[in-house]
Amino acid sequence: MQSRLPILVFALVMAAIPFVPGMPPFWIVLLDNIGLAALVAMGLVLLTGVGGLTSFGQAAFVGFGAYTTAVLSTAYGLSPWLTLPLSLLVSGSLAVLLGLITVRLSGHYLPLGTLAWGLGLFYLFSKLEFLGRNDGISAIPPLSIGAFKMLSPGSIYYAIWVAVILSALLTMNLLDSRTGRAIRALRRGHVAAEAFGVHTPRAKLLVFIHAAVLAGLSGWLYAHLQRAVNPTPFGAQAGIEYLFIAVVGGAGYVWGGVLGAAIVVVLKEVLQSYLPLILPGSGQVETIVFGIMLVALLQLAPGGLWPWLMSFLPERTSGRKPDTSLKLEQRSRAPAEAGVLLQVEKARKQFGGVVAVNNVSFDVQAREIVALIGPNGAGKSTTFNLITGVLSATSGSISVLGKKVDKAPPQEIVKLGISRTFQHVKLVPDMTVLENVAIGAHLRGHSGPIASMLRLDRADEAKLLAEAARQIERVGLTEQMHQLAGSLSLGQQRIVEIARALCVDPMLLLLDEPAAGLRHMEKQRLATLLRELRDGGMSVLLVEHDMGFVMNLADRIVVLDFGTKIAEGTPATIKTNPEVIKAYLGVAA
Amino acid sequence: MNTTIMLFLVQDGITNGAIYALLGLALVLVFAVTRVILIPQGEFVTYGALTYASLAAGQMPGTAKLALALGIGAFAFDLFVARKALHGRLVVRSFITNIVLPAIVLALTIYFAAQKPPVAVCIALSLVIVAMIGLYLYRIAFQPLAHTSVLVLLIASVGVHLALQGLGLLFFGAEGQRGPAVLSGAFTAGALRFTGQSITVYAITIAFIVGLWLFFGLTLYGKALRATAVNRLGARLAGIRTTLSGQIAFLLASVIGALSGIMIVPITTLYYDSGFLIGLKGFVAAIIGGLVSYPLTAVAALVVGIVEAFSSFYASNYKEVIVFMLLIPVLLLRSLAAPAVEEEKD
Repeated sequence: MQSRLPILVFALVMAAIPFVPGMPPFWIVLLDNIGLAALVAMGLVLLTGVGGLTSFGQAAFVGFGAYTTAVLSTAYGLSPWLTLPLSLLVSGSLAVLLGLITVRLSGHYLPLGTLAWGLGLFYLFSKLEFLGRNDGISAIPPLSIGAFKMLSPGSIYYAIWVAVILSALLTMNLLDSRTGRAIRALRRGHVAAEAFGVHTPRAKLLVFIHAAVLAGLSGWLYAHLQRAVNPTPFGAQAGIEYLFIAVVGGAGYVWGGVLGAAIVVVLKEVLQSYLPLILPGSGQVETIVFGIMLVALLQLAPGGLWPWLMSFLPERTSGRKPDTSLKLEQRSRAPAEAGVLLQVEKARKQFGGVVAVNNVSFDVQAREIVALIGPNGAGKSTTFNLITGVLSATSGSISVLGKKVDKAPPQEIVKLGISRTFQHVKLVPDMTVLENVAIGAHLRGHSGPIASMLRLDRADEAKLLAEAARQIERVGLTEQMHQLAGSLSLGQQRIVEIARALCVDPMLLLLDEPAAGLRHMEKQRLATLLRELRDGGMSVLLVEHDMGFVMNLADRIVVLDFGTKIAEGTPATIKTNPEVIKAYLGVAA
Repeated sequence: MNTTIMLFLVQDGITNGAIYALLGLALVLVFAVTRVILIPQGEFVTYGALTYASLAAGQMPGTAKLALALGIGAFAFDLFVARKALHGRLVVRSFITNIVLPAIVLALTIYFAAQKPPVAVCIALSLVIVAMIGLYLYRIAFQPLAHTSVLVLLIASVGVHLALQGLGLLFFGAEGQRGPAVLSGAFTAGALRFTGQSITVYAITIAFIVGLWLFFGLTLYGKALRATAVNRLGARLAGIRTTLSGQIAFLLASVIGALSGIMIVPITTLYYDSGFLIGLKGFVAAIIGGLVSYPLTAVAALVVGIVEAFSSFYASNYKEVIVFMLLIPVLLLRSLAAPAVEEEKD
């Protein structure tokens, strides 16, 4: 939760600027341009900085917004206010279309793909007859309220900045919500988010649409500010420049987009008007200087300017503790005497010629702690991935409460009440412990993105955070609740993962090496917690290398070696099993 | 359409496609080794082409001075990085590669520019000048950022592109130039006429593809480059100097770019800003090749060239739209074929 006070102050300052006596009208024009660029950059912040999807094509969406209103208000005489929803709709639907194709390509395909269709659309703008080809469309009517026409840059100034501040508020609301946490988890890979029910392609498409709609809004405003459109401002160069604005400002921060827009617009203006005085001569000296400054800036502050500025402010690690009296609905518990919870039957996984898991069968009963042990490379983590749907088995079957789940994706597995932790910790380092844990409760909340933006999700959100806080308390990390997850020790991060998994309200908890990196006392506390959970009706399946920990805790042990099950039984029988000793020590003792 | 026109278009497409293939290869190479998406590749093309054309016309190209300026910058960066432990040998080596070398080339350029040198000298000088620019650019702009994300490198790449394009206007002016043919003469086979120039284009493209293939498959440096591409840290631990790998990649890319430029400037007029679009078409090919596969990139580049030739014949207005939209079905296929499981990468 960020305080709204600085935003209010900012809004008041922006509102007062045109009334400053002696304010040059040209500065207002600059501020208009900053606002227009900031809108697009804000979308990119969400898309690129937060979601990890780089797009060069935003200028094309600005173009769609601008051309939609241009065509409708000139050729069809529609009121500009009527074309606003249509402009947003056109950019939004195009984002759906292009997003469905491009969003699935992450990594470097995505930026290049966006660059390509950005260019293609630009050439389309400049060739289509009804868009006026290279000349574009002119004589677009101004925005008007009643008889008041926003003809001057000073009069449309308010429309632009109201749009910027509203969009910033909505975007920040979105980030600070259930959907927002899912979006913020995207950049750290799919596996962790999907294990808690986040539908990652849908989340990516969502940010793509959000960014496109903001770009469309900027385009609509642009068309009514300039009262004419032509293809030039929607080309590849512009697309690159928007991205560059977001990076300069600080691609992870909503206000970084606004700051970046201010810096770039002003810098370009200054360079264009003053450089020829210093360095007379032909050519685009300002482009050269601009390019060089860009590289220099990145070398000095690769994270952008906003976080760099913020680092001078005193750090705030406060944050209210959620009201833990609020309760989420609980899963109905399996009856105490119920039999098999998880049944793995002849599960097999081959990677090419390597058999990672070789026809392994075992089961987990209700209210039982089962340990999966074996030397490194025995196939333990692969077995976990098979159970949780991250990998699908080559053959064999896996069933939960008698229901086959071999082909189910991770999002379906977690719905059945199976949650997990990871061998290599997968938390979002720049989110707080509380926010990370709340991702675990993703499926237990219901608010969508629109509700989040409008803050209609607060009741739902409070319950989710309360649940997260309760689980954090349960694992004993209340002190660290508002710290960034990345600042914790590795052992504590593992405990955070357990709290996150508990937020699912699971029947079966899969823990991948939970005790690694823990100190002795912490291990004992963990063992106590796991026993409590079992006694409360939960089952636990864990992979662990610490034999002392396993032998004292597990009800039953399954031993794997080179992908094959070599033994199964109580800790006492496993300790004396000659096969097991051979696997661990090499020779029969 | 008749067969002659079709054959003519195919031939035209293959000639352009060969150039795109070379550029695509260079982009794949640089990306694989340094993770830089090399937007300025197009500037290497125009710099190579226009330096060659200027020299052939007896004019002094500004790029030679730029090479010296960048060299001085690179030398300063080297000194700054090594300021805590300045060994004599290191300083001397850096001085020779970064200052003495471009100074000699500048002197040669000034000497030759005054007397309309033969084609071979023009080619050699242009290649060396652009190669040095590529090398020093890596040192100044990208090596300090080598540890950052692909996105930051990409933005830096855009910055370099803007600066180089602006400098291109300064050096060569706004008018387009053409250069003399590298190989004159022609012969006809059936309805088709093969010029010496187009034969050169084919030969050099094939030579480069085979050469790169041999370089990466058989030589130790090639293997070191591949190792750097797969795992930077691992390569360093194995004793590979990753900065050297980056330098080699940029050197190769700039040579390839300049060579492509020299090969097309006798066929088409090039302007200071033509490189961007040419480079982007190389990109299209590189993306179709998945930014990893050399043969696939080469094939894709030929397809791009042929599609471009045909669409400029049938729908010249929509030529660029068609070429860039070619990517959409490819991306679609790729996303259907591989719902890539990707892990955290920053």
